[in-house]
Amino acid sequence: MLCDICGKNQATVHLTEIVDEQMNELHLCEECARQKSAQMESQFGLSELLAGMAEFEKPSKEKELEFATLKCPNCGLTYSDFKKIGRLGCGGCYTAFKKYLGPLLKKIHGSSIHFGKSPFKAGRGAKKRIDLSELRSKLQKAIEAEEFEEAASIRDQIKNFEEKQSQQNDVPKEQA
Amino acid sequence: MKLDDLLNHSSEWLKGTGPNSDIVVSSRLRLARNLDKFPFPHWADKKQGEDVFTAIEAAVGKIDYLKNITTYKLAELDSVDKQFLVERHLMSLEHAQKTNHKALIIDEDEVLSLMINEEDHIRCQVMQSGFNLFEAWNIINKIDDSLAKELAFAFSRDWGYLTACPTNTGTGMRGSVMLHLPALVMTHQVDRILAAISKLSFTTRGLYGEGTQATGNFFQISNQVSLGHSEEEIIENINGLIRQIIEQENQARELMVSRNRAMLEDRINRSFGILKSAHIITSQETIELLSMVRLGCDLNMLKDIGCPNINELFIITQPAHLQKMEGKRLSSQERDVKRADIIRDRLKKY
Repeated sequence: MLCDICGKNQATVHLTEIVDEQMNELHLCEECARQKSAQMESQFGLSELLAGMAEFEKPSKEKELEFATLKCPNCGLTYSDFKKIGRLGCGGCYTAFKKYLGPLLKKIHGSSIHFGKSPFKAGRGAKKRIDLSELRSKLQKAIEAEEFEEAASIRDQIKNFEEKQSQQNDVPKEQA
Repeated sequence: MKLDDLLNHSSEWLKGTGPNSDIVVSSRLRLARNLDKFPFPHWADKKQGEDVFTAIEAAVGKIDYLKNITTYKLAELDSVDKQFLVERHLMSLEHAQKTNHKALIIDEDEVLSLMINEEDHIRCQVMQSGFNLFEAWNIINKIDDSLAKELAFAFSRDWGYLTACPTNTGTGMRGSVMLHLPALVMTHQVDRILAAISKLSFTTRGLYGEGTQATGNFFQISNQVSLGHSEEEIIENINGLIRQIIEQENQARELMVSRNRAMLEDRINRSFGILKSAHIITSQETIELLSMVRLGCDLNMLKDIGCPNINELFIITQPAHLQKMEGKRLSSQERDVKRADIIRDRLKKY
């Protein structure tokens, strides 16, 4: 049997490919198989990994339906689209898919609470200072959401921050 | 500034200066930002893509301390030009593909580059020579603040900056440090270290970022986590890790010099000899040999060459650079000859 791609060399690699529920059998020579596998590798990227992270089991029919109808009102991307392409459609998707993205972000980053800079505080000498009252409200939120690991990490940060403050007497104490 | 002018110009990150520049080639920070309400580039239509570009270009134009910047529309560049910009680390491989509404803004010193409509609306990048992430942070933080005054970014109080891919959400920041670790490779310790790094949520990549192989003993290490820590904490975490790797590489270098000096001098001088006399050379072989010569310079075994000259050779021997210098397309065989010519010419005085 000759190779399906180049039609020149003997096919030694036999591959079954499923595209859009259509099953195709490919018989390839070694050279073409190598190229094909390089192609497949580059396609197997982040989106598959992310989709895999979002849930461990294959979702039920009802869930599939929910994912397909859960749509971002700003850009029209559905949660199914996100699972397929691994990219969100706009900032609004984060609100629309909040219920699923929270746990996903936590899986990816080990946390789902932002501690970095904010565009609203941008300005002169914009070195970010941790805002104690903001930290406390985040702690409260984490406890309410029963995110205890998260809560423990925020608690440590508050403790850390307070210790640093008490060491630097010249820094005025922040009111909570 | 015309693209061709960059040919006679040495990038900031190739200067071979800055802290620990014998081991750390460069430090790079990038911030991912998106405009509120606009669909992310992959989900945007033509008009939206153009509007995003126009808004960002106008905002950048208002930052008065950014002088001598040039905007390139990717759709107007040919494939050699695009490859040329990737080789100079001014943009990603991804930015060179599917060029609709994509643009690149760079400054004259090649410290700042702003990719517009890459995976996110803005990918702002600052490069520094040597081990210098905090300096890069000072520069990029200031630019980001200035942009935030002109543009409304997609941001959530809980989740930070909102990005097309959830792996960048939060600070949207990725810090990468390019390391040259020949002694750890030669003493077979590097796999152990890289395995440990991946357990600490850092990633290792090759010279050209995502999806590229580590060659010539160069490794790019970057943070994976962008949410849950402040920018300074993330940088401090990377720095802590890099300091340990530098120490390990230094120890391995000392060990090799004390125990295997003759072997080391032999490899370095043979590499130098091949580069000085070859008439046909591939880019892969060039990088591997230059890596040894660079080590020779760092260990003072090869004198007078100077790290910047070697660094420059790494870049001008890349395929698109060779073709830009020659002013025409060259086949791979022609490039191997041209590459060897340039290297012989540059090294003949040493």
